[in-house]
Amino acid sequence: MPRLVRALALPALSLVVGLAALAAGLALAGYDAGAGLAALGRGAFGSTFAFTAGTLTRAIPLILIGLGFALALRAGALNVGAEGQFYAGAVAATAVGVALPALPGPAAAPAVLAAGALAGAAWIALPVVLRVRFGVLEAISTLLLNFVAEAFVSLMVTGPLQEAQRIYPQSDPIARGAWLPFLPGTRVHAGLVVALAMAVLLHVVFARTRWGFRLLVTGAGPRAAAVSGRIDTRRAVATALLGSGALAGLAGAAEVAGVSHALYPNLSPGYGFTGIAVALLAGGRPLAIVATGVLFGALDSGAAAMQREAGIPAVAVFVAEAVIILAVLIAGALARRDARAEAPEPA
Amino acid sequence: MIDGGDVLLGFVAAAIRVATPLVLAALGEAVVERGGVINLGVEGSMLAGALAAALGATWGGPWAGFAAGGAAGLAVAGVFAAVAIGARADQIITGTAVTLGAVGLTGAVYRATLGTAAAGLTIPTFGAGPLGQGAPTWLALLLAPLTWWLLFRTRFGLQLRAAGEGREEAEAMGVPVRRVRALAVLAGGMLAGWGGAALVLAQVGSFAERMTAGRGFIAIAIVVLGRWHPVGVLVAGLLFGAATALQFLFQAMGLAVPYQLFLMFPYVLTLLALARGVGGVRAPAELGRNA
Repeated sequence: MPRLVRALALPALSLVVGLAALAAGLALAGYDAGAGLAALGRGAFGSTFAFTAGTLTRAIPLILIGLGFALALRAGALNVGAEGQFYAGAVAATAVGVALPALPGPAAAPAVLAAGALAGAAWIALPVVLRVRFGVLEAISTLLLNFVAEAFVSLMVTGPLQEAQRIYPQSDPIARGAWLPFLPGTRVHAGLVVALAMAVLLHVVFARTRWGFRLLVTGAGPRAAAVSGRIDTRRAVATALLGSGALAGLAGAAEVAGVSHALYPNLSPGYGFTGIAVALLAGGRPLAIVATGVLFGALDSGAAAMQREAGIPAVAVFVAEAVIILAVLIAGALARRDARAEAPEPA
Repeated sequence: MIDGGDVLLGFVAAAIRVATPLVLAALGEAVVERGGVINLGVEGSMLAGALAAALGATWGGPWAGFAAGGAAGLAVAGVFAAVAIGARADQIITGTAVTLGAVGLTGAVYRATLGTAAAGLTIPTFGAGPLGQGAPTWLALLLAPLTWWLLFRTRFGLQLRAAGEGREEAEAMGVPVRRVRALAVLAGGMLAGWGGAALVLAQVGSFAERMTAGRGFIAIAIVVLGRWHPVGVLVAGLLFGAATALQFLFQAMGLAVPYQLFLMFPYVLTLLALARGVGGVRAPAELGRNA
């Protein structure tokens, strides 16, 4: 199956290049690169605990945010504000989770997750309006709102949502009934099921629905949309971006309900940006995003271990992620050039 | 009792000081965007420039630091140029990745080298009163007319603007589109690196992880607000400096407003500027399109 080999070769090669760049960077900066990578491997796959509590748990927000990026990209839009939408979702989930302790058990967690998804969509609403009404590049507007979101979280945990003692910059824990339980026999919470369900849902949307088709045509360019006729491209872009924001908001809510159980500043170690790499490495395909999400979950989990055990700042793993994105971009550009060389221009 | 005049002079001085890194980076990005390229890696160039300036100034004095800042910004822009122009990859995603990489690299290098040691770095100031500003401010004021001259009075500027308004027509006229774009990106990276250096040497005095905090992205918004014109960029940059400096003024006046609102303010202003600015003047036609 040369096609399958080629499909797997690119991500694998990008990963190797990314890790090599990380090792080289660490060595240049004077760290013990071997010890760092060993710690990274142990932190990602070293034990069942590391794999479920670390890798898989971190894969959940990455899969959801990666799916969101792929959804917007399908319509040709770039949502680089997932970090902000993640925080908006986390704030809303916390507000609901803290305020409604009387909520009956089975409804509590869904209510918290729904609040997060709604808040994520609300956070991207302004960039959607700016894009559709004024033609403002959504890549810039969504990016700027990330910084507003960080300040907003800081305002919340020192203001309306601060814990009852009013000492620490964090919220009270959300109601016990809203916590996402661990999957049986593991240390990964039920958000993993939600993420997998979303991947399948998006796969079906892309492959089988009219909406998915409209997004594809819109993303292919104004000429394709005109040729297909009756495609409202502005509506397609708007709905794709709103869905993208909702998925990032859902990720924030799942992180609160499944991991932190309260709102903290710095809840995200950069999930919003890593999610871009997750989606790109998977070529925007929802089911492949599950795999790349786990892969980057392993990188993130390993990075934390690298900092604990080898004293290497976890932020260094961003170098590997950046190189992976760039490698995928270059490989894609080269593939397009080959395709152009092989197929003559249609008259 | 605080003297009102002193407060006002302090406000003006702070506004100019805060505006300097933004103006330097935005002047560079204005040149880049005139050529039809949008470089979100400006943030990464600024961050790398800031760290290089701190390292350079610690080892070789402020001027060495400033030069190192420009070189680091240029190097980061070189990565962007290679991928976005060389391999014709998506400009927005390339720029985001370059910035992400710069965040990781500066974080790792910073902890391996400076740690929390270096502080109180300065570069000589010139002038008096609120105009007693660091050398980077005067450089920015010098670069604004120089950028105008480059864009509108040189052959390079003409070629660059032609590339930004219609790539195919420019190519048909014999303009080496990718070369002039790459040169613009490199120059823009150096200015962004100087912007980062100005942040360290003329404003904060030390490096901190992620210290640019989105200033590179604000610089892009300033380019829009300044209508892709060097003089407009200078004015828009000062406006942003003033918006940020308002928090010092409010503190001096004893107004109790949560500081997070001030943190949000420049970003919200930028969003409004984007909506207003784009409504008024057209962006270069080729902006963001892959060549």
